[in-house]
Amino acid sequence: MFGDYSIGDLGSIFVMQGFAGLILFSVYVLMALGLAIIFGQMGVINMAHGEFMILGAYVTWMTSNFFQAYLPSLFSGYFFLAMILAFLASGALGMLVEWGLIRHLYKRPLDTLLATWGLSLMLQQAYRSVFGAREVGVELPQWMLGSLHVTESIEVPINGVFVMCLTVLITISVAYVLYMSRWGRQVRAVVQNRIMAGAVGINTEKVDRYTFGLGCGIAGVAGSAFTMIGSTGPTSGQLYIVDTFLVVVFGGAASLLGTIASAFSISQTQSTLEFFMSGSMAKVLTLLAVVGILMLRPQGLFALKVRK
Amino acid sequence: MIINSRFFNRSELMGFIALAAVLFVILPLTLDVFRLNLVAKYLTYAFVALGLVLCWGYGGILSLGQGVFFGLGGYCMAMFLKLEASSVENTKIQSTPGIPDFMDWNQITSLPLFWQPFHSLTFTILAIILVPGLFALIIGTAMFKRRVGGTYFAIITQAVAAILTILIVGQQGYTGGINGMTDLRTLKGWDIRPDHAKVILYFVEVVLLFACIGIAQFIRLTKLGRILVAMREQEDRVRFSGYSVANFKIFAFCMAAVFAAIGGAMFALNVGFMSPSFVGIVPSIEMVIYTAVGGRMSIFGAVWGAILVNFAKTSLSESFPQLWLFGLGALFIAVVLAFPNGLSGLWADYVQPRIDRLFASRKPKPGWNDNSVADGAPAE
Repeated sequence: MFGDYSIGDLGSIFVMQGFAGLILFSVYVLMALGLAIIFGQMGVINMAHGEFMILGAYVTWMTSNFFQAYLPSLFSGYFFLAMILAFLASGALGMLVEWGLIRHLYKRPLDTLLATWGLSLMLQQAYRSVFGAREVGVELPQWMLGSLHVTESIEVPINGVFVMCLTVLITISVAYVLYMSRWGRQVRAVVQNRIMAGAVGINTEKVDRYTFGLGCGIAGVAGSAFTMIGSTGPTSGQLYIVDTFLVVVFGGAASLLGTIASAFSISQTQSTLEFFMSGSMAKVLTLLAVVGILMLRPQGLFALKVRK
Repeated sequence: MIINSRFFNRSELMGFIALAAVLFVILPLTLDVFRLNLVAKYLTYAFVALGLVLCWGYGGILSLGQGVFFGLGGYCMAMFLKLEASSVENTKIQSTPGIPDFMDWNQITSLPLFWQPFHSLTFTILAIILVPGLFALIIGTAMFKRRVGGTYFAIITQAVAAILTILIVGQQGYTGGINGMTDLRTLKGWDIRPDHAKVILYFVEVVLLFACIGIAQFIRLTKLGRILVAMREQEDRVRFSGYSVANFKIFAFCMAAVFAAIGGAMFALNVGFMSPSFVGIVPSIEMVIYTAVGGRMSIFGAVWGAILVNFAKTSLSESFPQLWLFGLGALFIAVVLAFPNGLSGLWADYVQPRIDRLFASRKPKPGWNDNSVADGAPAE
């Protein structure tokens, strides 16, 4: 399969596919970060994670429409406001859901799966009723269009670079919040032992609510970033949910580093394979490899050594 | 939970008679063939729900990949039927007659090797049982021997469902792609499409369903069923008592897979086609909700759950397509939050005691071992 290409061509192919893989990697990391908090840390199987992302995407779409109609002079910067709004909207919805649904189910993780699946169905229908069944796309500001020409045969789309920078920024902030801040320590105390954390004076209910909200908020930002790459419809969220869960599980649920490593390996495998075979077969092979490795190493790549 | 040594205790016997009366007598007498065929379609999901009672309710293993086994069973049956429908006379307008039409459209000129054995009905029936069974055995062995369970198992089975769907859709030439296998006509020369055939198939299915109910009830009542329950409640304690927890889980998972596959095969026969839309994640999770609504601990509840949820789906999505998804979503949430033991739990908690009191007032001294209430109430 390499026979038809010269060495130079192959080099460019791998660089281009590698870059496409990097964009996919950013996408996976953005999707998985929120879930790594909600599922990895809190143990809640949030099947509605995709729908929180879609909420962020719709918020971005609405913001962009608003700027186009009322503030066209500021249109080039709408995206930054849209991301903040997306974070707030998804985060607020997340806290509402935690209060109404999730807090009753911390002792029954498998039931959170059913309940949040129900939630995802209702959200999908709500999006369909409010925004219509058709997919919507966001108009990008001028500076995000086009691509950078690195060499003769290698070019890199600017929106991809932007998504990658965004991913790095968000990942660093999440890592800081979880591992450095006082609040992050409280979060980890609560998820490890809710009762004991409560006994030493942590307001566990509040910590739970804000943690869930943070995870959902990051999902919203991810959805916001997605609008730069593709269009959004009411059921788009469902497409991502298996991939997202696999990324988190493959990396080792409680490890942020693992999430990043697994997102990287999965995305690179998939985008490299995609060049040599149909997209669906590449996907099948990647998923098969992930499932196979998970069967050999069920705790994921980076398992925390804990006594159960 | 008290497990009675009799095959059915009193309330279960009543449940059995009620279900048998409805399925064998009342529905065939009152419904037209179209509606009866719809019920037959719903009942194919009852097989899946029944398997989930064993593996999820009793074994505590939530599989989100039952659509895989449903699909494997269904596709095995559909491949046999499709080959029969693609005889040389039927397909003489194709460029290569004698192979299924979708292969012809995808420029495949000879029957692929793995299709060949499906010329034989015996092989097909064996395949319906063995292919999903072996598949479940492999997944189950790999997972349970390493003590992977709960959430991780659910997510991996879900990934398997995603893989199979993508594979079926992607390999159009071998599987019929997104359209699936359509235009299935005869079974060993017997036309499955006319009304009288639909009625016969319905009865065959109900008999099979009752056979599966019998097997499930047998498993539940033997020591095996008690070990399953014990395992779900205190897995480590069962392991320390010397039982091989993994083997029991594998067994429950394989049984659930085989039940689901029988349902899938009956689906292909009753509905006349099979497509990847019954294999993936969404249908797999819907299958779990049938069990949850019926009651994850109740064998009869699972059958009722499958019938009622599907009936609601058909009638609601016909008249209020928007309401249906809200309704289904609310159902998921309500089952989890308000009545975790499903309809059978509601029955056991609210209806059964009233009935018992009614009987008790007529019979002044009930025997102290009259434990029908405790039997019906699932242990949580």
